[in-house]
Amino acid sequence: MNQYYLSHLKELEAEAIYVIREVVAQFEKPALLFSGGKDSIVLAYLSKKAFYPARIPFPLVHIDTGHNFPETMVYRDWLVNELQVKLVVGSVQESIDKGRVREETGYNASRNALQTVTLLDTIELHKYDAAMGGARRDEEKARAKERFFSHRDEFGQWDPKNQRPELWNIFNGRKQMGEHFRVFPISNWTEMDVWQYIQQENIPIPTLYYTHEREVISRDGALLSTSAWLKLKEGEMPEKKRVRFRTCGDMPITGAVESDADTIEKIIEEVAASRKTERGTRADDKRSETAMEDRKKSGYF
Amino acid sequence: MNQLLRFTTAGSVDDGKSTLIGRLLYDSKSIFEDQLEAVEASSQKRGFDYVDLSLLTDGLKSEREQGITIDVAYRYFATPKRKFIIADAPGHIQYTRNMVTGASTANLALILIDARKGLVEQTFRHSFIASLLKIPHIIVCVNKMDLVDYKQEVYDQIVEDYKSFSSKLEVSDIQFVPISALVGDNVVNRSEKMNWYQGATLLHMLESVHIESDHNHIDSRFPVQYVIRPQSIDHHDFRGYAGRVAGGIFRPGDDVLVMPSGFQSKVKNIFVGEDKVESAFAPMSVTMTLEDEIDISRGDIIAKINNHPQSDQDIDVMVCWMNQKPTAVNARLLVRHTNKEVKVVLKEIQYKLDINSLQRIENAEYLNMNDIARIRIRTAQALQYDSYRKNRITGSLILIDEQTNETVASGMIV
Repeated sequence: MNQYYLSHLKELEAEAIYVIREVVAQFEKPALLFSGGKDSIVLAYLSKKAFYPARIPFPLVHIDTGHNFPETMVYRDWLVNELQVKLVVGSVQESIDKGRVREETGYNASRNALQTVTLLDTIELHKYDAAMGGARRDEEKARAKERFFSHRDEFGQWDPKNQRPELWNIFNGRKQMGEHFRVFPISNWTEMDVWQYIQQENIPIPTLYYTHEREVISRDGALLSTSAWLKLKEGEMPEKKRVRFRTCGDMPITGAVESDADTIEKIIEEVAASRKTERGTRADDKRSETAMEDRKKSGYF
Repeated sequence: MNQLLRFTTAGSVDDGKSTLIGRLLYDSKSIFEDQLEAVEASSQKRGFDYVDLSLLTDGLKSEREQGITIDVAYRYFATPKRKFIIADAPGHIQYTRNMVTGASTANLALILIDARKGLVEQTFRHSFIASLLKIPHIIVCVNKMDLVDYKQEVYDQIVEDYKSFSSKLEVSDIQFVPISALVGDNVVNRSEKMNWYQGATLLHMLESVHIESDHNHIDSRFPVQYVIRPQSIDHHDFRGYAGRVAGGIFRPGDDVLVMPSGFQSKVKNIFVGEDKVESAFAPMSVTMTLEDEIDISRGDIIAKINNHPQSDQDIDVMVCWMNQKPTAVNARLLVRHTNKEVKVVLKEIQYKLDINSLQRIENAEYLNMNDIARIRIRTAQALQYDSYRKNRITGSLILIDEQTNETVASGMIV
C-alpha cells in the first residue's frame, strides 16, 4: 500500500475546487448562488481555498425571498465580511412590487417558486454567464442526471433531453450570446459528506442547524416554525419544542425535526441514523412526483 | 481512511441492473423511508403487485412516460469502508454514448450476465467499452442464479466463456461472482444456496478492490488551469499556478519543465488552500509556485525535465462520435484537451470498429452517432499529450462543434 491516495473527502474537495477554478477560467462573469444553507456555505469555503491567497473572484448572490429565518441573514452578513467577498441581493419582494410575479395565497403559500423569476432577472441584470450552486445529485431524482456544467437557454430553461455529454473532467462551457450555465461543484457530495467536511474543516454554520427551542406547529408530518408568514389552519396549536433544521429554505415551508443535537458530532450521528431524506421536510418537493424536475426546467436552482 | 470508488454499470431492460442497484442501495441502508414510500406509491399507481426498485433509478418524467432511461444517472452509497459513486448507464440505442460517458470517470465496471442466457452481444460491447476506456477493474456478476437452480456448472461455464473472450481485451483485473439481485444472494449478504462458491460477495469485492494504483504516480504532469495573482499588498509578488495533478508526484525542490515554452525552474511551494503540503499527486487540486518568474498560462503543462509529454499537431485518436449529426473527413471542429482549446481538422478516418465483433471496417466515409473509430486529427497548435493508455487525463480529449457548441465526440489518444 502506498501513501499516495486521498480520503473520499479530500478527493471530493479536489474535484469541487477544480470545477470552481474551471468556472473562473472559462466564464467572464460568474457568481455563486448563496442560499444561507450548509451546501452553499461549503461552496463559499471551497472557493476561498481555490483562490488563496487571492480573494474569491466572484460575488455571492442571495435571492432574498423576504421570508428568511433571521438567523440566516445574520450568518450571511457575517460570512461576507469574513471572506471579504462581494454580496449581491436579488429581492423577491421587489419582483412582487414590480408585478413580475404574483404572491401565492392559501395555507401552504410560499415564495419558493417565485424565486425563479427573481433569480433569472438578477442573472440578466448583472449579465452573469455562470451561476454556481450547491445542489447535489443525491438530493432528488431529477438532480441525479444533472451535469457539473449545466447549459441553460436564453430563457434560463433546462432541457434534460438535450444535455451535453460530460466526460472525464473536461468541461465544455461554450455558449451563445444570452445563454448561461448553472454549475454544481459539489454534485458528487452526499448530505453526509457535507456534514463530515464541515466537521473536518471546522466551518461555522448558522445556529438553525443546532438544537434550539422554537414555537412550531405540526402540518402534514412536518414541523413548521410559526412566523408572520405562516397562516394557521383551524385547530392548529403552536407549541414549544426542541428542534433543529436539516435545510435552510423559505421560512414558512422549511420543516424542523425534533432533536437534541447541539454539536456537529451529534448532527452527524443523527444524519447517519436518519431514515428520511433532508428534502423529506420540504413541502415544495411534495407538490407532485415531478415537482423538482418541473421547477428545474423553468430555471429553478 | 475512507476511499472513494467510482464504478459504472451498464445493461439493457431485462438483465436486472436496476434491481441490482436497488438491492445495493437497499441492503446497505442507503434508501430512505420517504424515497421507499414514493416508490411504493408509484408502483401501486402503475398497478404493480410488487415494489419496483428500478423506479428509484428512473429519474425524469419523460423517461418514466416512455419506460426507458435516457441518460447517465449518478447514485451514491457508503459503507463503513468506502464511499461509492455509481454511474448508471442505460442500455438502449444510445447506449454506446452513455456507457462511454459513465466509463470515463470509473475505476471499475460491473458487467451483468443473465445466467440463463450466458454471454450475449451486449456482454461483448460492455466489456469492449470498459477496456477501450481503460477501466482498471471489472467485476462480472452472473445474475439470476435463482432461475438456474443455483447450479455451479452454469456459473463455471459462463466464467470460462468470459475468460476466453476477455483474453483479447486489455483489462488486467477481472473478478467473477454468482448472484441473484432479486433475492439478494451474494450481493451484500452471503448466499446460503451456493455453498460451492468460496469467493467474496459483490459488496465485499467493491469494498476491497485495490484502487490505490489506479492513478499514474510515475509520470509527473501538472496541467495549469488558472494563474493566481492576488495583486494585494500582503502577497504582492505571489504568482501561483492552480491546477489538478494529472500524474506523478511533485515536491518542493523538484526540477520542472514547462511545456510548450521549454522553460525550466524548480518547485518552490505547493499549497492546498492556505496549507503548504510536502507532495502533490493525482487527483489533488493544488497551487504551485516556482523559483523563477517565467511566463506560464492556462493550458501549459508542468512536467519533469527527463519525463514529459509528447508535443505534436498530428495525433491519432480513438473516438466515440456522440452527436446526431454525422461527420466526415475535413470537418473543422474544436478540440479541448486538459485546459487547452484549439481548432482542429479531421484529416483521416482510418477505420471504424464493429463493437460487437471487434472487426475493423475500412474505407468509412462518415462517423455516425455511437460509432467508434480511429481517426487522425491535425490541431492548429501542438498539443502536449500522453497516450490514453499511459494517462487517462493527459490522454483524453473532447471534440466540440463550433457552430452549436455541443460536445460531439470523446477521444482517447492512441
